[in-house]
Amino acid sequence: MATAQQNKKMVKGGPAYPMLVRPYAIRRISRETYDTFTYELTPPRGSGGVSFAPGQFNMLYVYGVGEVPISISGDPAKPQALVHTARIVGAVTKGIKRLKVGDSLGVRGPYGSSWPVEEAVGRDVVLVTGGIGLAPLRPVIYYLLINREKYGRIVLLYGARTPEDMLYTGELERWRGRFDLDVRVTVDRATGSWRGNVAVVTQLIKPAPFDPMHCIALVCGPEIMMRFTILDLEKRGVDYDRIYVSVERNMKCGIGLCGHCQLGPTFVCKDGPVYRYSDIRTIFTKREV
Amino acid sequence: MGNKDKSQSVIKRKDLQALFDSLIKKGYSTYGPCVQDGAVVYDRIESVSELPIGWTDRQDNGNYRLTKTKEKRLFGFVVGPHTWKKYLYPSESKLWEAKRSGHEFEIVAEVNQPYKQAFIGVRPCELQALAIQDKAFLEGEFTDVSYLQRRQNVFIVAVNCVQPGGTCFCSSMKTGPKASGGFDLALTEVVEPNKHYFVVEAGSSAGVKILKEIPGKAAGEKEVLAAKKALRKASSKMGRRLDTDGLEKLLFKHIDHPHWNEISSRCLTCGNCTMVCPTCFCGNIEDVTDLTGQTAERRRKWDTCFSVDFSYIHGGSIRSGETARYRQWMMHKLAYWPEQFGTFGCVGCGRCITWCPVGIDITEEAGVFKREG
Ligand SMILES: Cc1cc2nc3c(=O)[nH]c(=O)nc-3n(C[C@H](O)[C@H](O)[C@H](O)COP(=O)(O)OP(=O)(O)OC[C@H]3O[C@@H](n4cnc5c(N)ncnc54)[C@H](O)[C@@H]3O)c2cc1C
Ligand code: SF4
Ligand code: SF4
Ligand code: FES
Repeated sequence: MATAQQNKKMVKGGPAYPMLVRPYAIRRISRETYDTFTYELTPPRGSGGVSFAPGQFNMLYVYGVGEVPISISGDPAKPQALVHTARIVGAVTKGIKRLKVGDSLGVRGPYGSSWPVEEAVGRDVVLVTGGIGLAPLRPVIYYLLINREKYGRIVLLYGARTPEDMLYTGELERWRGRFDLDVRVTVDRATGSWRGNVAVVTQLIKPAPFDPMHCIALVCGPEIMMRFTILDLEKRGVDYDRIYVSVERNMKCGIGLCGHCQLGPTFVCKDGPVYRYSDIRTIFTKREV
Repeated sequence: MGNKDKSQSVIKRKDLQALFDSLIKKGYSTYGPCVQDGAVVYDRIESVSELPIGWTDRQDNGNYRLTKTKEKRLFGFVVGPHTWKKYLYPSESKLWEAKRSGHEFEIVAEVNQPYKQAFIGVRPCELQALAIQDKAFLEGEFTDVSYLQRRQNVFIVAVNCVQPGGTCFCSSMKTGPKASGGFDLALTEVVEPNKHYFVVEAGSSAGVKILKEIPGKAAGEKEVLAAKKALRKASSKMGRRLDTDGLEKLLFKHIDHPHWNEISSRCLTCGNCTMVCPTCFCGNIEDVTDLTGQTAERRRKWDTCFSVDFSYIHGGSIRSGETARYRQWMMHKLAYWPEQFGTFGCVGCGRCITWCPVGIDITEEAGVFKREG
């Protein structure tokens, strides 16, 4: 039919139905904090893992409850194990928490843009993150460490509310022990036996050892934290076009069809979640866009 | 676009039923305008007699009224509260079903059987709206399969507008009053003393085929001229106007302008404007289970950017204020859409003006920013 135009073209984005989810089995659950858990998932029988780029996310479906966007927090070099870290906050994430090893969790993805690991080659890399924001950055840390010789200094600045809110503590400890990775953590409020920094994460930026003229900054955390981080990076002389941020918006489809995730003229699910800051600055600095 | 037949035909008023008949014979379900509850709506119709014969609509801000005219035009009205998108992107539909067995579940996709629909009486602005939704649903990285299944077998009979309505501004948006493509057949209704006929243009090979089954003749110079004249007059009779020159940039420039607050002090954030708009494509996803929990369903519904929940993320909505929500709607139509899809998200159909309970007029409000320069 003429009016259906060229629309008989091959259906892209998955076998046929981009909204279909594939049931993965939960292989392992690790408790990161009192409200955050990491899930290792195995693909359905007979299918392999799906490769992903650091920074991308999946839509995770809890049977009958709903679906939410969650970043992939695992190692991009090991796609056969799909790893997600979720903070339990509301209806769907509570549904995830009720699941046990062996239960099915629906997955579709990976979707969205990724951290600029290619562009960062030959430069210092500064990662500034707060709270659950470390999860979407973990794949990039794995990637940088595997390809360590391609990069300059690597600095990870991580802030949590309290020591109890800190993710991946064992791993952070191991990373801190490496000479080729500078890890600096801080908490807003010290509890228990904490002897480290007590400050907001942005205060770690000024003393951090990186070359502001030749670095790439990757920023992921609550929006307010990202805004202040950008100010402090700018103060040190990092240009907006070398700062990348990961943006959160309500997402219903993850594939550009539902309109929920719009940020000005962009769709966070396909143009983001990772943006070059200079590309969205004018709109990102407006309130309630 | 297949083999386009540029030559035009003439079908007499009394022979138009043959169009319905041959489409039905070819297996199409035929849809068209008809009068229900005091408005012209789209529904299943199978005969010319079901059309709103002799009715015309008077439209203004927040105002819609049908009146009878002496002329027995079949298409003497413009657009009502319905849009064709309801047949391609239903207000609510099922996407898939999940069946539980033990710890696991299995997904079964909802397949819409190839379904032949014929839309009779599609206005030029609505053709453009279809093209806009095609772009959103079919031409991105991911294809909306449920839309595609409904879209690919549609036969379109367009009707050019010789009598624009009170809130129409298609000439400003360059979408009408004459259809320039995207149809199988396009009709122009001509009523003269003792004469009532349609000048018909085929826009596809399917259109040419159907046309052969309808009694008619090749259009003469006189008839072609009569149709042309009626259409030319139409352009100057638009009820509204919107100067789109540089509009996109101006809206960005005035994104913090106090006039947004002024508009939102009137807006009820009811979302009517989004429900009647032929281009609005935003949807919500709902996952539900039956009472036993043995099957779950994913459903999709029309959604509106005027709701607080639309932009909800844990901790609060991004656009919690009314001003932000009205601004999102208008900026999307007139400033963001061009960047996203290369055209405005508004085709100038005027529905949002007519069906806004407080009569907010997109042309007037955008005009305020335009005048600011
Ligand atoms: C690209 C992206 C990556 C993310 N990665 C992670 C991650 O790795 N780990 C993690 O714990 N969280 C992540 N989030 C946030 C996570 O999606 C929300 O915490 C989650 O949607 C909350 O859903 P809920 O039903 O439990 O909460 P409720 O508060 O009950 O939410 C109701 C609905 O609102 C929407 N919603 C609520 N909060 C958010 C939010 N922050 N972002 C988007 N939509 C929201 C969802 O549609 C949700 O179903 C990510 C969000 C985005 C957009
Ligand atoms: S502009 Fe009018 S129709 Fe649209 S949400 Fe506001 S009051 Fe409702
Ligand atoms: S914004 Fe208003 S005038 Fe424009 S297409 Fe939508 S309903 Fe019609
Ligand atoms: S999440 Fe649906 S369009 Fe981006």
